[in-house]
Amino acid sequence: MKPFTNFESRVVALPINNIDTDQIIPARFLKTTSKVGLDKQLFNDWRYDAAGKPNPDFVLNKAEAKGAQVLLAGDNFGCGSSREHAPWALTQFGFRAVISTSFADIFRQNSLKNSLLPIVVPADVHAELFEAVSSNPNATVKIDLAAQTLTTPAGRSVEFPVDEFSKHCLLQGVDELGYILGQSAEIAAYERAHPAPINTLV
Amino acid sequence: MSMPRTILQKLWDSHVVHQQAGAPALLFIDLHLVHEVTSPQAFDGLRERGLKVRRPDLTIATADHSIPTTDRSLPIIDTIAAKQLDQLETNCAEFGIRCLGIHSDKQGIVHVIGPELGLTQPGMTVVCGDSHTATHGAFGALAFGIGTSEVEQVLASQCLLQRKSKSFQVRVDGKLRPGVSAKDIILALIAKIGIGGGTGSVFEFSGSAIRSLSMEERMTVCNMSIEGGARAGLIAPDDTTFEYLSGRPHAPKGAAWDAALARWRALPSDEGAVYEKSVTIDADALEPMITYGTNPGMGVSINAPLPSPAQFADPIQRESIEKALRYMGLEGGKPLAGHPIDVVFIGSCTNSRITDLRTAASLLKGRKVNPKVKVMVVPGSQEVKRQAIAEGLPEIFREAGCDWREPGCSMCIAMNGDQLSPGEYSVSTSNRNFEGRQGKGGRTFLASPLTAAASAITGVVTDVRTLL
Repeated sequence: MKPFTNFESRVVALPINNIDTDQIIPARFLKTTSKVGLDKQLFNDWRYDAAGKPNPDFVLNKAEAKGAQVLLAGDNFGCGSSREHAPWALTQFGFRAVISTSFADIFRQNSLKNSLLPIVVPADVHAELFEAVSSNPNATVKIDLAAQTLTTPAGRSVEFPVDEFSKHCLLQGVDELGYILGQSAEIAAYERAHPAPINTLV
Repeated sequence: MSMPRTILQKLWDSHVVHQQAGAPALLFIDLHLVHEVTSPQAFDGLRERGLKVRRPDLTIATADHSIPTTDRSLPIIDTIAAKQLDQLETNCAEFGIRCLGIHSDKQGIVHVIGPELGLTQPGMTVVCGDSHTATHGAFGALAFGIGTSEVEQVLASQCLLQRKSKSFQVRVDGKLRPGVSAKDIILALIAKIGIGGGTGSVFEFSGSAIRSLSMEERMTVCNMSIEGGARAGLIAPDDTTFEYLSGRPHAPKGAAWDAALARWRALPSDEGAVYEKSVTIDADALEPMITYGTNPGMGVSINAPLPSPAQFADPIQRESIEKALRYMGLEGGKPLAGHPIDVVFIGSCTNSRITDLRTAASLLKGRKVNPKVKVMVVPGSQEVKRQAIAEGLPEIFREAGCDWREPGCSMCIAMNGDQLSPGEYSVSTSNRNFEGRQGKGGRTFLASPLTAAASAITGVVTDVRTLL
C-alpha cells in the first residue's frame, strides 16, 4: 500500500443519505475476477442512461468532477454489502477521501485497507461543506492525515477522528497481512490451546 | 466475583489471540465461508505472496451468487459468470479447500448450508465475504461479513484485526399474532432505528418473542442485522438451538456433544450484564411489515400510509425520501396495500429455508397466483430442495402457477439473469430494496413469505390476514 500523503482537492458533492454499495457499484459488475477496471462502473446506474450514455445531470459527468479526489456524501455512506469493489471503484476513479457524517462499518474497514480515507465530520461542518461546494464547484479542501485536519474552503480547520493504528498504517503504507503474519507464534499457541470443534474436510 | 458479561463479550474474550498496545485485537476465526464473488482477488493475493491457506479444515466454499437457477445440466450462458465459477473450483483445488460447487448435492446459499451442515455452532466466530454472514449469529456465534482484503487475511492467517463493537440489546417480548412473522420483527426494528441505527454495534436479540422462534426464524431475524447497520446479530443458544444442531453432519457426537452442550449453556449473557444501547419491540403490536422505499429502513405496517417528504425538516432527508418515492413511482400519504405488482420472489438467505417454503406453500395450496404476476420460488440449498420435494411442495407451487427453481441467491442480488425489468414491481422475501438491486430500474417491496404469497395470489400488495 502506498503511504497516504497530504493533498488539496476539489470536491464532488452527492447530497444523498444512505448511499449503498449497490449504487457505488451495482452487483452485476461483480462477476469479474479482477480488482482493476472498476472505475468505469462507479455509480454506473446514476452515471449512465439506459443506452449507456453519460447522464449530463449526474455530478461525476460534470467538468468540475474531473480530477477531484474528495467525495462529499450524505449520512451513512457505504451501507449494504461487504463488496470491496466499492472502495476499489472509488479509488480507481481517483478518490482518496470520502467525507460524511457517518460510514457503514464494513465499508469503512474496506476503505482503510485501500488507502481511501473515510472522514467523519459533525453535521454543521457537513452542511457548511455542501453549501461551499454548491456555491463554488471549484472550491477546494485540504486534508492532512498526520494532523487529522480538514481545511474547509472558508479556511476553517476541522479535526477529524481516526484511530492511531489505522493512521499509522495509512501514513506508513503498512501491509496489514504482513503485520498479522508477524504474530504467527501467537496464532499457533492459540490453535494449540483451542482444538477446533469442526473439520470441513471430513 | 467477576463482572457480568454479555454473550458478545464472552465470544470476544474467548477469541482474542493477541493484542498489541495501540493496535486492534487479533481475533481467531473458527469458520470461514467462501463463495465465488468475493474470493478470486483474495486467492490471487495469496499467490502473489506465495502463501498457503492456513486452515483449510476451517474453510468451506460454495457457489451461490452468480449461478443460474435453471437446469444445472445445461452449460452456463453467461461466460463471465462461468469463468468466475470455474475460478472458484480451481482456487479451492489449488489451496486444498472443500468446495460444494455447482454440481455438489450439498450446494446452496452460503448462509443456508453453514447451519444446515452443522458447521455453524454456538460460541464460534464465523466470517464470510458477504454482509449477510450475520445470519449465523442465530446460533450464538459472532458472525460478520468481511471484505476481500479480509478474506485474504483469514485465508492466510485464520485471524482478523478487529475492534469490539458496542453491545445493542433488542428486546422483543410478547406473542406474534397470526399473519405476523420473524421477517416482520426485523423489518419493524430497522424501520424504527433506521438503516444506520446499529452502526458500530452488534445486536443481541432477546425476549419471549425471540425465544419462541424456531432456528430458521431466528436466522431470518439475525440475517438482516446488517440492514440495521449492525455488523452482526446474536441470539443466545438454548434448547431450540441444540435440538436443531443435534445429528447434523458436522455437529459434535457422543461425549463431544455433551462437552459442547456444557460450553454452550454458559454462553448466554449473564444476569446484570450491561448493554451500551437498547431498544424494545412489542411483538403483540406488530403487524405485517413492508418496505416502500429504496433502503430497508423505509418500511411501514402494511396498512399504514407512506410518509410524505413534507414531513421532514432536514433538506437532505427530505430530498432522500423524495428521490426514493420518485424511483419507486409512489406517492407519500397513501398505504401500499392494493398496489399492483409484476413479480414475486420467494427465496434468498433471508427466507429460502424449508420453513419459509412450507409457510408460502400453506397459503398457495389449492389457490392460483394472479396470471399477471410471475412468481419465482428458489430454495436455499440442494438439501432444502430435497426436503421440499419429499413434502410435495414443488407440486403445490407449480399447481398454483409458480416457477420452482434451482438453489442460489437468484433475484435477491440479480447477478445471474434472474431479474426485474425496468419499472417492474416485486414483492420479495429478500433483504435489500436498494435502487436496481433486483435489476436495473426494478422496484422492490420487501416482505415476509406470507405477505409475498398473499400478494402473488391477488396480484397486488396484500395484507395476508385478509386471506387467512
